[in-house]
Amino acid sequence: MTRTSPVSARPRRTVRRVLALATALTLTSLSACSAGSLGSSDDSGDGVEITWLTGTDETAQATAQAIVDAFEAANPDITVKLDGKPAGAEGDNLVKTRLSTGSMPDVFDYNSGSLFQQIAPEKNLADLSGDDAVARVDDAYAPQVSVGDQIYGVPYGTAFAGGIMYNRKVFEELGLEIPTTWAEFETVADAIKAAGKVPVIQTYGETWSSQLFVLADFHNISAVEPNWAQEYTANQAKYASDPAALAGFEHLQEVWDKGWANSDFASAKVPDGMRLLASGEGAMYPILSGNITTLAAAAPDAVPDIGFFALPGTDASTNGLTAWFPNGVYIPATTEGDQLEASKKLLGFIASPEGCEAQASASPPTGPYMVEGCELPADVPQVTTDVAAYFDADKQSPALEFLSPVKGPNLEQLCVEVGSGITSAADAAKLYDQDVEKQAQQLGLEGW
Amino acid sequence: MSTLTTPRRESNQIRTRALTRYGLGGLAILASVVVFLVPFAFIVTTALMDSQQAGEFALAWPRNMQFVENFTTVLQTRDYILVIAFINSTVLTVVSVTALVILGSMVAFVLQRRKSRLTGLISFLVLAGLIMPPAVVPTIWVLQRLGLFGGMPGLIFIEIAFGLSFTVLLFRAFLATVPRELDEAAVIDGAGPFRLFFQVILPLLRPVTVTIIVVQSVNIFNDFTNPLYFAPGDENATVQLTLFNFQSQNLTSYNLLFMDILLITIPPLIMYLFFNRQIVAGMTSGAVKG
Amino acid sequence: MRDVSATISTPPRTERAGAGGRGGRERRRRSPYPNWFFLPAAIIYGVLFLAPTLLSFYFSLTRWTIFDSEFIGLDNFAQFFSEPALTKGFVNTFIYAVVTSGAKVVLGMALGLLLTSQIVGRGYLRSVVFFPVLVSTVGVGITFQVLMHPSKGAINSALAVFGIDGPGWLTDPALALFSVALVDIWKGVGLATVIYMAGIVSIPNEYREAAKVDGAGPWSTFRNIILPLSWPATSTVVTLSLIGGLRSFDLIWAMTKGGPGFTSDVIASVIYKQYQAGFYGLSTAGNVILFIAVTAIVIPLTRFMAKKEVDV
Repeated sequence: MTRTSPVSARPRRTVRRVLALATALTLTSLSACSAGSLGSSDDSGDGVEITWLTGTDETAQATAQAIVDAFEAANPDITVKLDGKPAGAEGDNLVKTRLSTGSMPDVFDYNSGSLFQQIAPEKNLADLSGDDAVARVDDAYAPQVSVGDQIYGVPYGTAFAGGIMYNRKVFEELGLEIPTTWAEFETVADAIKAAGKVPVIQTYGETWSSQLFVLADFHNISAVEPNWAQEYTANQAKYASDPAALAGFEHLQEVWDKGWANSDFASAKVPDGMRLLASGEGAMYPILSGNITTLAAAAPDAVPDIGFFALPGTDASTNGLTAWFPNGVYIPATTEGDQLEASKKLLGFIASPEGCEAQASASPPTGPYMVEGCELPADVPQVTTDVAAYFDADKQSPALEFLSPVKGPNLEQLCVEVGSGITSAADAAKLYDQDVEKQAQQLGLEGW
Repeated sequence: MSTLTTPRRESNQIRTRALTRYGLGGLAILASVVVFLVPFAFIVTTALMDSQQAGEFALAWPRNMQFVENFTTVLQTRDYILVIAFINSTVLTVVSVTALVILGSMVAFVLQRRKSRLTGLISFLVLAGLIMPPAVVPTIWVLQRLGLFGGMPGLIFIEIAFGLSFTVLLFRAFLATVPRELDEAAVIDGAGPFRLFFQVILPLLRPVTVTIIVVQSVNIFNDFTNPLYFAPGDENATVQLTLFNFQSQNLTSYNLLFMDILLITIPPLIMYLFFNRQIVAGMTSGAVKG
Repeated sequence: MRDVSATISTPPRTERAGAGGRGGRERRRRSPYPNWFFLPAAIIYGVLFLAPTLLSFYFSLTRWTIFDSEFIGLDNFAQFFSEPALTKGFVNTFIYAVVTSGAKVVLGMALGLLLTSQIVGRGYLRSVVFFPVLVSTVGVGITFQVLMHPSKGAINSALAVFGIDGPGWLTDPALALFSVALVDIWKGVGLATVIYMAGIVSIPNEYREAAKVDGAGPWSTFRNIILPLSWPATSTVVTLSLIGGLRSFDLIWAMTKGGPGFTSDVIASVIYKQYQAGFYGLSTAGNVILFIAVTAIVIPLTRFMAKKEVDV
């Protein structure tokens, strides 16, 4: 190995170059720190500006923007800026993180019900009791965004339901009626299968959709045992031991046993399921009514042909819809002064007929609004009309997650296993009961 | 030296070499088309489709060529946030990687050359950085106390902190290939540690440095959790976060999503091609060492 | 590894500094390897990584909802170990890590050799091999879900041409983890290759020329020159891909969410599910357990590999 003089001119240039580069970059970074407003016009100076944290996806942005435009028109001295969070669980984590570190913008939207309870509302949110903003909130909804008598939010979006989306043309063709008991459902499914179509569409490519048979059955449980939710929370009712509760798992197993599902159920995604339903190759699809937007994107012409009915239970007279409440809009406790007043006005606008109109213009409603005085426009999809009918007839009750904070993290996977024939319904129910123990203990509930 | 072979032997050698060059190369190209280009084709074709066809999830030719529409839609989404994101990501990557190279190599240098009681402990701490995922909320508390939360400088320091382990590991491994005699010679010539390292040792580590630049740039450019939690807000958006603009439970615009993926993959690819030449240059210039 | 630091830092003295000595202290000569080189990195690393991590260790002993915490001792750890899918998770983690890191080491080395030799189309091949590293996991996940679709996917369609009935890559419980591992290898081999290329390029040409003079064939050159001297690259790739494989979950999450059912769950995805559900204390405890497990595997391994290092 020959020795060369290590200290030569070339390396010195390198050091100088590196230092120069580093300096240039530091300067650039400091200036680029304000690379914030490309394309968006800088707003006027006088009024109050508030920031609203909402979803970055297209639907959320379109809805929020529609509201903001209408709101700013009615309140010229207030400007609302939109900040973004990812949709789904990642966004939920972000909300919790920002709340706990005191870095939440002036307004944000988030889940209602038990998930709302988990963000420690009394500590983190502004109390809106008695304020104008909450004057028109529907009484059925208020408990979902309250702790005791203190209300913290207004509804954002419409209620929606979990149940069966069905192809009306196929039902007409085969002369079938909407089933109101599980026995009728079985007959209908068998008839569809005999006609060479897929009775029950399943899409485990998106695991959340596997839970519908269990979760959307809750109305039927409540009908038989009105206090089930309380008992469940107190560790006195279980899925495995209660036949009414076990039914949901058993129905899912029946789909596998009787071969009612589409052949590619294990990898199909929701758009695939919607296409099957729209084309008439599949007749029934257990899903949330809110997913009509997915259908509208995949097969817009088929929207009028698709209807919605509730998951049937044992008794036709108690047949009804399991309903999900919409998310809420909240104000963190860190918002103060002028921003607080402006934010309350925004919330009040959202929970008003004008607010409902603005929302409806951006995204089709998939159920009724939970605000007094809000009517559904005439041109809603058939699914929405069907869902609203259940609400009007008062044949609906809230899903379990709105009545009990107990929900285990593994339900999706357990349902996939049952629907794929890997686990039996009884075993899955037992496993799920064990799963929720963790959640209950985390929440420090009594009796667990 | 090869004059000892007969002409026939030579021509055989040439033939073997040509066979290797073209045969192996051809085979590799064919394999690469199947293994690497087919998935790439899916990304490209989906990016060119309209949203309905994109939801069909098939490797197919777009029925409705929508390159311009998808491109402009993605670019304009949320007030050109993609452009802002590119600026932010670039600044973040360049500054962080520069700092990582300098600081990480310094640590690796002393770690590798000088065995002391600290060596074991520091090695363990470095390894810990690769194994342990960052704790988000405590890190935010620290950043808030330092006044660095929610802005680019704080995020840069975070990326440096999380990238140090990999950098130190790589530099340290390759420092073993730099002979200590060079250190000796430089010290005898009167070089202090700074000059020894930056003028003598570091230039010899060019392939490694370039590799680290490439790898860390990719990591930082593609990172989304750190910007999401430590520098939230639209003005701090980075490129991976823009993917969330097109995903939701009800409606995922797969065509726009893939167009976005394409747009944020191409610039790093170009950067990689450019830096790759640096590695090649190092090799063909031959006597990098001694 | 021969320790030559004594020669540099100790002027003619009888004292041999030995491995670990602070040679030169007597003469107060500034060592060319000063400890203050550690300082800037140590400050950033310590403040922004070590301190929060230690803080989080405390939270693993609590029931933590992010908003308040309640000390419960080792209950989280007990609960983590009573997770029903845990054994399968550990087994899956281990299999996944070994398969992916083994493949990346072998394939990375082979590709590294190939792409530093004189074959045609080298520039194109280098870009194409590295390109998957750059694509976001979300994109890779969806792409391969589509390509691996049991009936519509390109892979099974191609196999059908040859009369082979392709399996359900992601839907067969026995195959799901393995399929995700294949995609992981596809995505990560480019990185291993780049590191290997750097390693091979760092070998001084003299060695290769000397080998040629001695009449060594390509295989012999590889075994005796390239393999030992690119050991830094090999050990780095092994360490990084093993740690990565043991901790990996985002590709698994994107492609199967640990399914079908729980069959492709790994420890990291178990922890992530707990994190999603809001069990922050529990998931931190899981991270601590994972940390201990990974360390227990990796530290002996790095020691073993350090012994095999060849000093130039």
